[in-house]
Amino acid sequence: MLNQDSYKQHISAQFNAELEAVKNHLLKMGGRVEQQLAAAVEALVKMDSGEAGKVIALDREVNKMEMSIDDECARILARRQPAASDLRLVLAVARVITDLERIGDEASKIARQAIKLSEEGASPSNFVEIRHIGVHVSEMLRKSLDAFTRLDVDTAVEVVQQDSQVDKEYGSAMRSLVTFMMEDPRMITSVLNEMWALRSLERVGDHAANIAEHVIYLVRGLDVRHVALDELISKVEESEHDQE
Amino acid sequence: MQSHAIDIQALNRPSTVDVQPPETCLTVDQLQLFYNSDSQALQDIKLEVPKKRVTAFIGPSGCGKSSLLRCFNRMNDLVDGCRVEGRILLEGEDIYAPGVDVASLRRRIGMVFQKPNPFPKSIYENVAYGLRIQGINKKRVLDEVVEKSLRSAALWDEVKDRLDESALGLSGGQQQRLVIARTIAVEPEVLLLDEPASALDPISTLKIEELIYELKSRYTILIVTHNMQQAARVSDMTAFMYMGKLIEYDNTDRLFTNPGQKQTEDYITGRYG
Repeated sequence: MLNQDSYKQHISAQFNAELEAVKNHLLKMGGRVEQQLAAAVEALVKMDSGEAGKVIALDREVNKMEMSIDDECARILARRQPAASDLRLVLAVARVITDLERIGDEASKIARQAIKLSEEGASPSNFVEIRHIGVHVSEMLRKSLDAFTRLDVDTAVEVVQQDSQVDKEYGSAMRSLVTFMMEDPRMITSVLNEMWALRSLERVGDHAANIAEHVIYLVRGLDVRHVALDELISKVEESEHDQE
Repeated sequence: MQSHAIDIQALNRPSTVDVQPPETCLTVDQLQLFYNSDSQALQDIKLEVPKKRVTAFIGPSGCGKSSLLRCFNRMNDLVDGCRVEGRILLEGEDIYAPGVDVASLRRRIGMVFQKPNPFPKSIYENVAYGLRIQGINKKRVLDEVVEKSLRSAALWDEVKDRLDESALGLSGGQQQRLVIARTIAVEPEVLLLDEPASALDPISTLKIEELIYELKSRYTILIVTHNMQQAARVSDMTAFMYMGKLIEYDNTDRLFTNPGQKQTEDYITGRYG
C-alpha cells in the first residue's frame, strides 16, 4: 500500500515538501552517522588519536541534526495533524533519529577507546574481532537506512535477523579476549579498552535493528519491538497476507 | 462543563473500547437508497453500530453519509421519490417494516442538525417541548426533566438564571447544546448528529465534543462530520464512505493509524484519490 511516491501525492504541495524534507534530513543524518562509525572503527584499529578526535567532533554535528529533525517532526504534528501513513512516517522518523544519535554516541565511545589504546599500547588480539564485527554492524546500519528509503520490509527483517548473529559473535569475541587477559595479565588494560569498543559495536547493532523495526512499523503499521525473532517474522508474514 | 485539565476518564478511553465487545444497537443490512429511479445515493451498505459508543461517518461531500444518517430515523421518507431497500434493525426490529410508527421511532432516535434550530420560545419551553407534545404538563415533572436535560447537555450553569428568556438570545454553541438538551429530554436511545459543530467556533466545538463523550455512557451516538480530526477525537468506530458505498468501517484508532483500504488512506491523509 505504501510506496516511495506516496509522499508526493498530497493535495497540499507544501505538506509534500515538508515530509520530503524531513525524510531527506534523516537520510543525511544517517549518512553522517555511517561515516562516523566507519571512521571510529578505522581510528581504533590504527590506534590513530587524530582521526579519533575528528569522530568525537563530528558527534556534535549529529546531535544538532537530531534536535533540528525533532523540531521538524513536532512542527509537522502541530500544524498538519498527519494521519495514517503520514503519521507513521513522522513517528518513525522521530524514533529513528534517536537511534541514530545513540549510534553516534557509541562511535564517539569507540573513538575514545582508540585514543586510550594509542596512549596505553596495542591489544594483543590484533583487532580481528573488532574488524569483523565492525564490518557486520556497519552493513546492518547501511541496510536499515536503505530499508527506510525504499520502504523495504524484507531488508528490515534481514537486519533484525543479523542482529542476533552479531550478538553471538560478540559473545565469542568476548571469550577470546578473556583468554588473552588470562595468558598475559600485563595486557589486561589494553584488552579491556578493546572490550569496551566491542561492547559499543554490539550496541550499534542493537540500534540498527531498532531502526529496522521502525521501518516495519512505518510500512505495515506493526509494532514489532520487544518480540522474539520468530514471532516478528510470523507477524510480518501475516500482515503481508492481510494486504493481498 | 467540568474544567479538568487532565481528564482521568480520557486515560481509560481505549480500554472501554476493547475490553468487552459491546452489543449491537443498529444493524444495517444491504441498504440501498434511491432519490429518483435512476439516482442511487447509497449502495449495499452493511454495518453494525455498537451500543453506547460513538460511531463517526466521514467522506467527501456527496458520498452519502448524511443520507445514511437520515435513513436511521426515516427522515428520507419526507423526500419525494425516495425509495429504500434493505433493512435497518434497531434492537433487532426493522424500522422500515410496515406498521412502524415513525413518530415514536423518532422519539427513540433523536437528531441534531448542522445549524442550531431552537424554537422561538423560551429556553425552558424549548427543552420541555417534546414532553408537552407527549401530553406531559405537570410542572414538577417538567422542571425536573428540563434541569436534568440541561445539565446533561452541559448548559445548566450558563442558563439556570434565565430559563424564561428567548432561546434565540443564546450564542451558537449554546443553542446547539440547547438543541441537544431538547433531543435528550425525551430519553431517546440513539442520537444522530449531522455536522453538529461545523457552524461553531473552536471552543464551542470542544464543548460539544466533550459533551458527546459524556453522553455516550447513556446513548448510542452517530455523528457525521467533515472534520476528520473531530471524528478521530470523538469516535470509537469510524466509517469511511465514498460515492454511496461504505469503503471501510473499523475501530477509530486503527482507521486513523493504519487503514486497510488505499482509498481511506488517501482521503484521511489528504492525497489525490
